[in-house]
Amino acid sequence: MTEIVDILISASFWAAVLRIASPLIFATMGELICERAGVLNLGIEGIMVIGAFAGWMTVYAGLGLWTGVAVAMLAGMAFGALHGVLTVPFGLSQHVVGLGITLLATASAYYAYRLALPEVTNPPRIEPFQPLHIPGLSDLPWLGEALFSQTALTWAAFACVAVVSLVLYRTPLGLALRAAGENPHAVEAQGLSVGAIRMGAVIVGSGLMAVGGAFLTMSAFSSFFFEMVNGRGWICIALVVFGAWKPGKALLGALLFAGFDALQVRLQQTGMGQVVPYQVFLMIPYLLSILALILMSRRAHVPAALMTPFNRGER
Amino acid sequence: MTAQDTAQGETVLRLSGITKRFGALTANDAISFSLAKGEVVALLGENGAGKTTLMNILFGHYTADEGSVEVFGQALPPGQPGAALAAGVGMVHQHFTLADNMTVLENVLLGTGSLWSPGLGKPAARRRLQALAEDFGLVVDPDARVAELSVGERQRVEILKALYRDARILILDEPTAVLTPQEADALFLTLRKMVAQGLSVIFISHKLHEVMAISSRVLVLRHGKLVGEVATRDTDRHQLATLMVGAEITAPAPAEARPGAVLMRLDRVSTQPRGNRPGLDAVDLDIKAGQILGLAGVSGNGQGALADLISGLDAPASGTLEIAGHPVSGWNPRSALHSGIGRIPEDRHRTGTVADFTLTENAVLESYRDAPNARAGWMDWSAARSKTEAIIAKYDVRCPGPEARIRLLSGGNMQKLILGRVLEAAPRIILANQPVRGLDIGAVTYVQEQLIAARDAGAAVLLISEDLDEILTLSDVIRVISDGRLSPEFARGEKTPAELGQWMAGQGFDHAA
Repeated sequence: MTEIVDILISASFWAAVLRIASPLIFATMGELICERAGVLNLGIEGIMVIGAFAGWMTVYAGLGLWTGVAVAMLAGMAFGALHGVLTVPFGLSQHVVGLGITLLATASAYYAYRLALPEVTNPPRIEPFQPLHIPGLSDLPWLGEALFSQTALTWAAFACVAVVSLVLYRTPLGLALRAAGENPHAVEAQGLSVGAIRMGAVIVGSGLMAVGGAFLTMSAFSSFFFEMVNGRGWICIALVVFGAWKPGKALLGALLFAGFDALQVRLQQTGMGQVVPYQVFLMIPYLLSILALILMSRRAHVPAALMTPFNRGER
Repeated sequence: MTAQDTAQGETVLRLSGITKRFGALTANDAISFSLAKGEVVALLGENGAGKTTLMNILFGHYTADEGSVEVFGQALPPGQPGAALAAGVGMVHQHFTLADNMTVLENVLLGTGSLWSPGLGKPAARRRLQALAEDFGLVVDPDARVAELSVGERQRVEILKALYRDARILILDEPTAVLTPQEADALFLTLRKMVAQGLSVIFISHKLHEVMAISSRVLVLRHGKLVGEVATRDTDRHQLATLMVGAEITAPAPAEARPGAVLMRLDRVSTQPRGNRPGLDAVDLDIKAGQILGLAGVSGNGQGALADLISGLDAPASGTLEIAGHPVSGWNPRSALHSGIGRIPEDRHRTGTVADFTLTENAVLESYRDAPNARAGWMDWSAARSKTEAIIAKYDVRCPGPEARIRLLSGGNMQKLILGRVLEAAPRIILANQPVRGLDIGAVTYVQEQLIAARDAGAAVLLISEDLDEILTLSDVIRVISDGRLSPEFARGEKTPAELGQWMAGQGFDHAA
């Protein structure tokens, strides 16, 4: 037990929590936007892969880091547009399309990587985002290392939650988006286009997912390698449910998951790690997430029109 | 402007030659009419006559194949509800178009300004909404969540949505279908206030007395065609009914009932609530042989809970259920069927039939495990088919044959098959939940006559309906359900519709819900 306490009071643990949470926060916000508009986007896993690759490749090719983020976002939006066209005007099964997008985006990223770097065995590195030094705050003892040693992208992730929250609950656009996921007929009867709102939500949401992926190659690590997204997209789907489709609660979920993840890595290195196989530690975040999901979201209000295609003029 | 238009006042709306086809079906066939300022036009017709389709074209949900719509002299671009709203057309849909997870105010605000404006401007909107609500007698809390509102309140929100956007022409699609008589009266009062302020109203209905009460002119649709246009003061219910159906109709007039033994008894039965729908609340109920017991009430007040209980889908949480004097235990659908309960479900598409099954498969859904349909665990399809053919012949089910998929049948023919399935099993107790909803008048009369015949043959019939007229026509005794509680039993003719309406609104019960 003292080992856990030691971990919890170390500043590096809290810094790791924020770092691990960042890509999850971006992608969870992206998924939340899609689902609030009524579209389940299972392309998230693949869109994160394409974002991780596109951002990294841009910087590797010699362009700036922020250009890389923008390119990642555009790549995600392109796959989002494909997902949107298939699920919104065509009204195809969101499950099938989403899994298809994941396979397509993942394979495209790997293929492009091999085309660009056919003979490389060790993944080449780029110069990633560096921790942002905030005068005063970053110099605080303990707190400075724990909370104020993050890159600009992490701060952007937290800002993203605030923006999504404000837009959803304080603007006409957010009202229309939430209505599209609850009762698209209400949107249509008030003279708005359900199709346009849903398309927009899927495209923007996919852009955010891709930025989440780009965080991995451009802030957390400095190279692109296969399997690096490693199911984070699926975790984000669960985080949206955990957060009851609310940005603030979803952020909390992302932090909680990141906390368990940071904890299990550190537990592996303690005395317990000598006795217990490391796979058991790897399970901890998932087991606790399932538990939290059961406790938190059994009474959550699911957007009523989630996964229901809307076709105008049909009877 | 023609002489006729001037006589009626300024023309605000003109539909010219509207035609709409869905595949082989012509839902609207070259329909033209115009609407004057400050008038209420009733659009009368049976289910499937094309009333809602026509209004959906006017409002821009559908695009007409031919014809045009003019509002205040300007052609309305087709297929754009936004354009209709901007031109001053508002529509109160039969199935409300409200987002349940939002407040009243948010629903009203949806789509009113630019999507890109930075804020919602709620305080000003709230003041405006409250002023409108007061002007037109549409009381509703702007900050209540729609999910918590009653059906009547939701309808008021729908009307306020249109008024908030300065609608000059209001379309109401079957607005009274879900209201108590008192709520309907309040709605009529609101409509009269609107007309006094120069609004024009199109009122869709198939209820003749409402049409007579509220409209100044009646348009009658039948099979997609405009078959009659009459001033309300120059017509009567009988003429309208004949126009609507295209033939003389006679409502069934049941003879005096001769009630027998109590076949089913509920003794202080309560059931679990389902979501936001109430369960039964300490209900006592006797259902007697040879009698039709009509259960009146506003939709969602526990009718579903009672129907589920009787059909075996739910069991009492407390209290006892007795069949022919014996308390039941282990109550489930199969034991309900074996206790002699025949079930005509509320929704023939969802629970009454399996759409992609054949007529034969649907006809044996409740008896496929029993002889003669099954022997030693094997289906006997020839026996099932001959049973189905017998039902088709006896109940006049118009269909391609017993092997056709049931989804191809009209609602009336589907209901006749269900009726045959139920009545051929010779049930002692018949649960008829909304047995004629959505049927043509011809099919309505047929189904009602069959229920009366079953009663005369000694069956106990529990008729659940949201249509008070139907309850009053058929029932030997009436009870009212409100919030899961049952009123005392009223004999035929004991209470006026207005008095029953008060019970439907929850007045007169001994204990609070």
